[in-house]
Amino acid sequence: MTKFSTTLIVATALLATAGCAKRRPEVLPPGPGQTTGTDGSGGTTTPGGSAVVPGSRADFQQSVASDTINFGLDQFDIDSSARAVLDSQAQWLARYPNVRVTIEGHCDERGTREYNLALGDRRANAAASYLAARGISSSRITTISYGKERPLSLGSDEGAWAQNRRAVTVVLQ
Amino acid sequence: MRKLTIALAAALATIASAPAALAQVEVDIEGGISAPLPIAVPAMPTPQVTSTPAGSTDALGRQLADIVATDLRNSGLFKASGPDQLGAVTMGQVQAPDYAAWSGAQALVQGYVRAEGNGTLTIGCYLYDVFARTELTRQGFNVSPGEWRRAAHKCADAIYTRLSGEGPYFDSRIVYVSETGPKGRRIKRLAIMDQDGANHRFLTNGQSIVLTPRFAPNQQSIVYMSYVNDRPALYIYDLGTAKQRLLVQNASLTFAPRFSPDGRYVLFSMAQAGNTDVYRVAAAGGSPQRLTNSPGIDTGGSYSPDGSRIVFESDRSGGQQLYVMNADGSNQQRISFGGGRYGTPVWSPRGDLIAFTRQGGGAFRIGIMSPSGSGEKLLSDAWGDEGPSWSPNGRVLTYFRSAQGSGRAELWSVDLTGTNSRRIPTPIDGSDPSWGPIRP
Repeated sequence: MTKFSTTLIVATALLATAGCAKRRPEVLPPGPGQTTGTDGSGGTTTPGGSAVVPGSRADFQQSVASDTINFGLDQFDIDSSARAVLDSQAQWLARYPNVRVTIEGHCDERGTREYNLALGDRRANAAASYLAARGISSSRITTISYGKERPLSLGSDEGAWAQNRRAVTVVLQ
Repeated sequence: MRKLTIALAAALATIASAPAALAQVEVDIEGGISAPLPIAVPAMPTPQVTSTPAGSTDALGRQLADIVATDLRNSGLFKASGPDQLGAVTMGQVQAPDYAAWSGAQALVQGYVRAEGNGTLTIGCYLYDVFARTELTRQGFNVSPGEWRRAAHKCADAIYTRLSGEGPYFDSRIVYVSETGPKGRRIKRLAIMDQDGANHRFLTNGQSIVLTPRFAPNQQSIVYMSYVNDRPALYIYDLGTAKQRLLVQNASLTFAPRFSPDGRYVLFSMAQAGNTDVYRVAAAGGSPQRLTNSPGIDTGGSYSPDGSRIVFESDRSGGQQLYVMNADGSNQQRISFGGGRYGTPVWSPRGDLIAFTRQGGGAFRIGIMSPSGSGEKLLSDAWGDEGPSWSPNGRVLTYFRSAQGSGRAELWSVDLTGTNSRRIPTPIDGSDPSWGPIRP
C-alpha cells in the first residue's frame, strides 16, 4: 500500500510537470518589475483579494526573501546575500517538488551585446547550480539569458547598473 | 597612409599628355593631404520624356543625378554639386561635354535616362576629367523601373572606383534591428534597406526579440538570433521566401552568428552550463563542430576573407580581448593588448584590418587594428558606439550608437579616416547593422 502511494505521487508529479511545460506562457516572462512579489500585502491574498494558491507564482513571491540576486561588475559568483536569497528559494522549492522554474540572467548595459548574452547565461547557471547543490533537481530548472535586453532600472549610472546585473527566478505555471 | 591615384592604366595613358590635370583628379582614401575632389553631377537628360512606373524620365534624370551626388558626397572624398546647384545638360552634350562650362569642378558626371519599349529603363553614366578634357569611364545600366535607384548607385560606384581605386560599395543593403518602445522592454524587428536608407522594409513583426542579423555572402539569406518561444537561438531567414528555419537543433543558447566567406558555414557561439565557446556548423544544418574550449567566454567569431583564420573575443585572460586562430581552432593567439576591453571583432572583406568595439574610460568606441594587432586606431568618440560592420569594399564601417540614459540607438557610419562620420537615416531607432555585399 505504501509503495503504491509513492508510485501515485510520482505519477502525479510527472503529470503536473508535463502540464506546466504545456502551459508555459507564449509571451516573454513578465519583466522583473512586474514579478517582484513584495507588494506589501504580506498576507495570503493577492491584491485582487483571491487566496494565494500554495506552490503558485504568487506564493513563491510572498514566501521567498526575493526572486532576484545581484552580481558585481563582470561577476557571476554567488555572494553571501545571494546565498541567503537562493536558500529561501530552495526551501520553498523543496516544499513544492512539482514546480518548475526558469532563471533569467541579466546584465548591465556596459558590456557588448554578445558578451552580455554569455555573461547572462553564466549568471543564470550560477544560480541554477546553487539551487541544484541545495537539493533541487536540475530537471526542474531551466535558464535563459537576456543579456542587456531587459534592464530593470532604466538609468545609465552605477546604481541602475548594479540593479540590472541580476538573476531572477520565475515560477513556471 | 596610402595615396591612391586614378586607376593605373588610365594614369599611364594620360600622364605624358596631361600631367598637371592628372594631379588634380585623384582622391585620397585614408585621409591625408587632399581636400574632397570637386565633382559636378548635373541632371541627366532624356531623349524623350516618357511616363514610367518609377515616374517620368525627366524627373528620374534629376533624381538619379541627385543620388549619385549624394553617394559621392557621403563618401567624404568628393565635394559634389548636384542638379539643384547646376544647369541643365542637353542629350547632345552627354557624350560631348561643354568642358568650359564646368571649370569650377575637376570631374564631371553626365548621363541620360531612356525608357525602353519593353518597360525597362536604360541609364547611361559618363565620367569626365574637366581639366584634361577626357572621358575617364562610361557605364550603361538596364533596370526594371522598380530598381531605378540601383542604377544611380551603380553609376556612383563606377565613379568612386575609377577615381579612388577602391572597390564599390554604394549598391548594397543593410540589414539591422529596428527598435521602438521603452528601454526596459524594447520591441525589436528585423529590417532591411539600401545603404542610403531607401527601400526600407520590415522582415519580422516584433513579437520576439531579434538580435545581431548578418548577411549571407550571396545576400539571399540572413542569419540572426531570435527569442521565439522563449528559446534564444539562431535562425536563417530566406529573403526570397520570407521563411526562416532553426540553424542548430536541440541546442542550448546559441548566438553571435556570422557566415563563412563562401557561405557554406556559420560561425556561432553556444553556451552550455555557463560556458560559452565558438563553434562552426554547416549553413544547411547538421552537427556543430567545436572550435574553442577555454573555460572563459569565447564568442564573436569572424572569418578572414580567405576563410583560413578566425578572429574572436575571449575573457580567458580576465577581461574581453581579441584573439586570432586558425579555422580549425588551432594556434590561438591574443592580438589586443591596450587598456580596457575589446569585443565584437569583425574581419575586413579586404583582409587588412579587424574592426572592434573598445570599452574603456566609461565609453564604447569603434576601432581598427591589423590582424596581428598592430596599428590600432579609434574611429569614433561617443558614449556608446558598438558593433561595427564593414562596407563591401572594406573602407567604411557602420555601427550603432546608444544614447546615455535613454538607451535609444541609431545607425552611424564612419570611414577609415575617422573624420567622415554620419548618421544613417532609419524610420525609427536602429541597432546591430550588418552591411551586405555589393549587389550583382
